[in-house]
Amino acid sequence: MSNSKILANGVDVYYGSKQALFGISMDIKEKEVTALIGPSGCGKSTFLRCINRMNDLIEICKVSGSIKVDNEEIISEKTDVVSLRSKIGMVFQKPNPFPKSIFDNVAYGPTIHGLVDSKNELEEIVHSSLKKAGLFDEVKDRLNEPGTSLSGGQQQRLCIARAIAVNPEIILMDEPCSALDPIATAIIEELIDELRLNYTIIIVTHSMQQAARVSQKTCFFHLGELIETGETNKIFTNPDNTKTQDYITGRFG
Amino acid sequence: MFFWSLVLIAVGIFSSFIYGRSRIKLNSKKQGTKSKSLPNYYAQYVLMWCLFPALIVYFSWAIFQEQIIQNIVISNFEFIEGAVYNEGLLLAEIRNVANNPSFADGKSIEIINAASHYSSLRQISQISFYTSIIIIMLLGALYASQKLKPEFHAQHTIEKYIQYILIFCSSVAIFTTIGIVFSLIFESLRFFAEVSIFEFLFSTEWYPFIPIREGQTAAEGSFGAVPIFAGTFLVMVVAMCVAAPLGLLTAIYLAEYASQRVRKIVKPLLEILAGIPTIVYGFFAFVSVAPFVKAFGQSIGIDASPTSALAAGMVMGVMIIPFISSLSDDVINSVPQSLREASLGIGANKAETIKKVILPAALPGIVGAFLLAISRAIGETMIVVVAAGTAPNLTGNPFENVTTVTVQIVVALIGDQEFDNPRTLSAFALGLVLFVITLFLNIIALQIVKRYRERYE
Repeated sequence: MSNSKILANGVDVYYGSKQALFGISMDIKEKEVTALIGPSGCGKSTFLRCINRMNDLIEICKVSGSIKVDNEEIISEKTDVVSLRSKIGMVFQKPNPFPKSIFDNVAYGPTIHGLVDSKNELEEIVHSSLKKAGLFDEVKDRLNEPGTSLSGGQQQRLCIARAIAVNPEIILMDEPCSALDPIATAIIEELIDELRLNYTIIIVTHSMQQAARVSQKTCFFHLGELIETGETNKIFTNPDNTKTQDYITGRFG
Repeated sequence: MFFWSLVLIAVGIFSSFIYGRSRIKLNSKKQGTKSKSLPNYYAQYVLMWCLFPALIVYFSWAIFQEQIIQNIVISNFEFIEGAVYNEGLLLAEIRNVANNPSFADGKSIEIINAASHYSSLRQISQISFYTSIIIIMLLGALYASQKLKPEFHAQHTIEKYIQYILIFCSSVAIFTTIGIVFSLIFESLRFFAEVSIFEFLFSTEWYPFIPIREGQTAAEGSFGAVPIFAGTFLVMVVAMCVAAPLGLLTAIYLAEYASQRVRKIVKPLLEILAGIPTIVYGFFAFVSVAPFVKAFGQSIGIDASPTSALAAGMVMGVMIIPFISSLSDDVINSVPQSLREASLGIGANKAETIKKVILPAALPGIVGAFLLAISRAIGETMIVVVAAGTAPNLTGNPFENVTTVTVQIVVALIGDQEFDNPRTLSAFALGLVLFVITLFLNIIALQIVKRYRERYE
């Protein structure tokens, strides 16, 4: 049995006066893929964005409760958001490479965190990150071309490479394949499976097949509440809750 | 006279509208079919046929009446053999006598006769004006009323007419621009016929005074515009040194740091700054800033003149802050939120995100904003007229007074000047240069902004 990486306890989120999450408690294990599923507007992305404090960007968003990453409280004024985010990479729904070269996209994180001392070292990190993201062979001859010139699937892998270049421990993925075609999706899913060996991954997805394929644990959200959480196999074959049953069999959502 | 004719036209279009409406209802009732369009469209159709011909008559009368009457009066005038007449003065005299009979005392019989001729012509013109307006409106309405049948698609026709009206309106601006450009070019050509274009563009001596009377011992004028361009450039550089950092940093604050509440207050305030009449900035520059610059110059041992490039440039810089801040703010705001999230998600802090991601992404738009601000700065007139001086100094020292293109245009056109001497014509040449420069700056700026927009939308 592996260790707890993230421990959430009674997380409430308000957007202004509207409550979006109701007392979410969750235990996420190290080096596993956890999938968050549920119908649109159920709060799964909101929860994901609590883990790296991305909700801070929204002025009216208020988070309360407790989330511990490696036993350290992160829902607190004192949390060092910058170091938290360097430990937790994030991949977004729409590929969002910077309008810079492929190389500079990946080099961005290591440079701002001062992880490298020399050009060679930086090059090494960039290459290895691109390799880990399964993109290196496709782009090794054109690292100086703009990242935006790649195809959608390649852009998304570039974003994954950019995230892992700062050597995070956790990767959050917010519907990483929703803007991609089936082939690009399959490549990313394979990649997620490989990355699981070194990283703790939390993925929000709309596709139940995807959750079933890539994750070990699945959490089902509905209307801001965490309805059920458990082994992916069990959730998809024999859920305890009737709402979960209804959702995965396609009766609503 | 023209006021009452407007009332007449208003009555005409009102009654034609009512007439068209009731007529189509009557006609469709008679035929027992429903009209193709709503009755209002038929009414508008009659109205347009009533209004536009009347307007054409109205405006042609307003434009040509006086000219035609004057020509008739002059051609019938009994010129006295051997006397010298100035046509303009003569006409003014005739008009005065016609408008005010008490001026007739002591005038010659020819003038009094011409004045009564003038008055009678005016009366005839007035009567025929009203009659022709009424007739043309009736004819228009008559033509339109023949079409008032239920099977006539009034709505289609109206839409076509509206399209013509819109095209006419937009072409007014275009043709005005073209007209201005041509008048600039032709007057400049007249200038360059007397002054060589090389002297104008490359000589450094600007002394646009030429002998007015024959035999006057004034020096020959010289028209080297280099000091003027240099002065314009200097003031512009000073203005941009003030406006570029202040405007850009304001934009960054507003777009990235300010809360919604602050933004809502500060942005309109800044835009008010753009609405202050530039002459107000001008005396602010002259009364407050220029003496300060002079005192400051003296305190550091530089002999500053009472009006200086620095004073004018600084105030002009304040004036163009809102241009830069408002445009840059829009540009920064249109950088997609996803880029901010990507950068922050990697653990960059806000300053790094702005410096390394947002500003590079927004750079083309910001450059565009700067170029627009520059073209605004070099076209600005009132501040420099008041605060920069009129001496064409070729200098890089901002404490000295300099002159700009716009100031020299003002100087050249003020006062009693004949329009055929090079001093006055130089205004057109300078104006042409100014126009070409700002035109190019605007085109480049708009291109840059456009290309940038295409990339992110």
